[in-house]
Amino acid sequence: MPATEDVLIVGGGGAGLRAAIAIAETNPALRVAVISKVYPMRSHTVSAEGGAAGVVGADDSLDEHAYDTVSGSDWLCDQDAVEAFVEAAPRELLQLEHWGCPWSREPDGRIAVRAFGGMKKLRTWFAADKTGFHMLHTLFQTSLKYHDVKRYDEWFVTKLLVDDGRVQGVVALELMSGRIEAITAKAVILCTGGGGRVFPFTTNAVIKTGDGMSLAYRAGAPLKDMEFVQYHPTGLPFTGILITEAARAEGGWLVNKDGYRYLQDYDLGVPEPKPVLRSMELGPRDRLSQAFVHEQEKGNTIETPYGQVVYLDLRHVGADLIDRKLPFVRELCLSYERIDPVSELIPVRPVVHYMMGGVHTDIDGATPLGGLYAAGEVACVSINGANRLGSNSLPELLVFGARAGRAAAEYAATAKDPTPAVLAQGRDERRRLEQEFLRRADGSEPLSGLRNDLQSVMEASAGIYRSGDSLAKGADTVRELQERFGAVALDDHSRTFNTELVAALELGNLLDVAEAILHSAERRQESRGAHQRTDFPARDDENFLAHSLAYREPDGSCRIDYLPVTITRWPPGERVYGR
Amino acid sequence: MSDRPAYTEFHPRWYRRPISTWWWLGKRTYLLFILRELSSLSVAWFVVFMLLLVRAVGQGDAEYQRFLDRVDHPLVVLLNLVALAFVTFHMVTWFNLTPQAMVIRAGGRRVRPSWIMVSQYVAWLIVSAFVVWLLVGA
Amino acid sequence: MANTIVLQVARYRPEVETEPVMQEYDVPLRDDWAVLDGLNHVKDHLDGTLSYRWSCRMGICGSCGMTVNGEPKLTCATFLTDYAPGPVRVEPLQNFPVIRDLVVELGDFMRKLPKVNPWLVREEELPVSHGEYLQTPDEVDEYKQFSMCINCMLCYAACPVYGLDPEFMGPAAIALAQRYNLDSRDQGGPDRLEVLIEPEGLWGCTFVGECTRVCPKDVDPAGAIQRYKLTAATASLKRILLPRGAR
Repeated sequence: MPATEDVLIVGGGGAGLRAAIAIAETNPALRVAVISKVYPMRSHTVSAEGGAAGVVGADDSLDEHAYDTVSGSDWLCDQDAVEAFVEAAPRELLQLEHWGCPWSREPDGRIAVRAFGGMKKLRTWFAADKTGFHMLHTLFQTSLKYHDVKRYDEWFVTKLLVDDGRVQGVVALELMSGRIEAITAKAVILCTGGGGRVFPFTTNAVIKTGDGMSLAYRAGAPLKDMEFVQYHPTGLPFTGILITEAARAEGGWLVNKDGYRYLQDYDLGVPEPKPVLRSMELGPRDRLSQAFVHEQEKGNTIETPYGQVVYLDLRHVGADLIDRKLPFVRELCLSYERIDPVSELIPVRPVVHYMMGGVHTDIDGATPLGGLYAAGEVACVSINGANRLGSNSLPELLVFGARAGRAAAEYAATAKDPTPAVLAQGRDERRRLEQEFLRRADGSEPLSGLRNDLQSVMEASAGIYRSGDSLAKGADTVRELQERFGAVALDDHSRTFNTELVAALELGNLLDVAEAILHSAERRQESRGAHQRTDFPARDDENFLAHSLAYREPDGSCRIDYLPVTITRWPPGERVYGR
Repeated sequence: MSDRPAYTEFHPRWYRRPISTWWWLGKRTYLLFILRELSSLSVAWFVVFMLLLVRAVGQGDAEYQRFLDRVDHPLVVLLNLVALAFVTFHMVTWFNLTPQAMVIRAGGRRVRPSWIMVSQYVAWLIVSAFVVWLLVGA
Repeated sequence: MANTIVLQVARYRPEVETEPVMQEYDVPLRDDWAVLDGLNHVKDHLDGTLSYRWSCRMGICGSCGMTVNGEPKLTCATFLTDYAPGPVRVEPLQNFPVIRDLVVELGDFMRKLPKVNPWLVREEELPVSHGEYLQTPDEVDEYKQFSMCINCMLCYAACPVYGLDPEFMGPAAIALAQRYNLDSRDQGGPDRLEVLIEPEGLWGCTFVGECTRVCPKDVDPAGAIQRYKLTAATASLKRILLPRGAR
């Protein structure tokens, strides 16, 4: 039975579009399609602000970018993947420039680069402070050039079709009409992003619900390093809206209620009037977020109706530089906080921003499940290890999107056709969706209540600092929530653009993500990068210089296994910032 | 299951809101736009009037005098006043919109939009002064 | 200030109704709540059947465009207190077919967009190893404003030409074409002109200027289109006056 598509890419953000273009360029004969629950230009890549790192300076080198990434990751990344990544990043960013991306420039016309957290040299390319927006729109508009790339716009994938040990397509719901179809494909690439919405305060859009992670998890592929959740140090208090790291790179200071640059108390260097690379406000995100928690415990943070905050001070940076390099930051503060950063302090707090963990892939984006690939935030290669450096994730989309695209294309070119069994699976899934959600009239659990309960328990048990107790309790609560989810009440039984149904399916995905995070975190009895255990405060390379792999067992339980980290040239050392 | 699912390009149950003939009364900006477009009728009227005037002048003193008597009628005067108001509106909107439509460079930098606007008014003042001098002074 | 405000929301359930009806909801009136927060309150606590699009809630994804008190707005960037004491009328974006409640069908724009060749066109592609195409900050400023479009479609909702003639290419598509025309690296101007010189393209625009007024990102599509008209007129004149070879 012929497949409908050769390669089906789930998710139309930076990674998904880059993969589609890569396939259209290297193998135009293949039928490639992008299926996404939102139009591609709505993908969350659009809200990335700061920049994308790629070595261009004469005084910079690939080794230095690699070392910064390796030490930033607290040695949990796979160094072969990092080496491949830093080598390919400049080339990918240049390719994007050739496709029209409006990178900011030096006066002589060359690409401009700026400083960024955790990087020893200036290597972050940027497009004002809307880098993700420009990258996504460039990729989307370029993808329109390739007429063979088909798009399923506003289709929600609910399940991967697996038979004969390989993935053979998906089951998806067309939002507009409510029809549920099996779309067969020889290879599937997951580019669905992370799952920040499992926490209550996040920079993430509402669409970031870990859909791809859950799809892979339920299909039997492992989720790697899920316990590593990055808190971005500067998010606005009520909305969680991101205030880019670039604000600190251009000279912003983090001060507590006494106007004191408190980071100097946390082994991050000495305060200087101008930003110093890898020091103070340009330290790595995990250390900065942890410093906030300590300041809060000491009572040095400021109380607001939306919790404790510290201040980001941009007043000394000057209106001219803010309008040139941080115009979007100024716009956001004015709209959402009614504050002008030129003359006032911006209230900020750490908010969940990125998931270092995700679907386990190799250096070419292949998961252990045949025919299944993943790239972008949904995947864990891993280049980010226990903590990601700012401006590494945008080039990650390009580098691994392209690699996964090419690898999936090669696989699909010689893969067998789908088996008839998957069509039966498709019909079963359609029946399940109709019975459990659409036709159900006896639900008792309100959807928003369940979601709030999940987010609260994640914040309490798996926040910046965790303990064995909080994690175990959290895992129990999540199990309870999963049961309660079985009785979720839906008001909307329509087939036409039923967003309540989508929200319910997304909540199911978030519950899977939460389960993987909590179990992985409980088993990792050490502190490393973004995973900080109050009961195990030290890094334990002897036992835990390894990736956690979370598997969903056939009986529904979660099994944790370990995979050693690949070390090539940089043996584990101490992470030093500000010295 | 259909064997070739694709994006549904059209669905009969989509609701298309009808647009009323009076759509332009719905918003102040729409009304101003329609008035601006209608003002071109006034421009056309003045052109016609000017041609008739010139023809009357060319036909000699007597004909010219008869023409002036005819247009002295209160309705014609009112028409011309209304047309003058519309033409002024036409000019003001035109001058104010020009900077949006034209980006002028001088010495490598963009000329500021307010300058483009003001320079048109200045030019109009100069031409008007000249015409007034022709009619009154000379 | 009272602590609640009434939202009058347009509902349309195609399986049940043949045309939209208005439904009223009482939502909390908080200082920092956008209209979108009000809608979320309705969906989470009052009526789970309300459908609408939203995602980033920071005015960059373009999903949440709706008509608020008759004006096209991004509901995530429009604050309830600006409409106090209310009521606030929330309807789907104008000039698009309504699929359901506040969700409109955007297929027309998605089909039109590729027609203007919205990508960088080079007669000769240099390899990536050659390095970047040089572009000074001034050259970036030439087209930068027109590259800020988030495809929110507020301009299409505001444009009376598009409302009366759905064949019209529309502000965002033409502005995007102009963004590439003005990019110093691009050489695709003539091809785009071929497409846009049609009556439904450039010349459909009568410079109403509503698109620029409602644009939340200050893209100024009206300005882009008028400038483009000048280029198009000059190009047509050249074609008539100059013999083929001299072009």
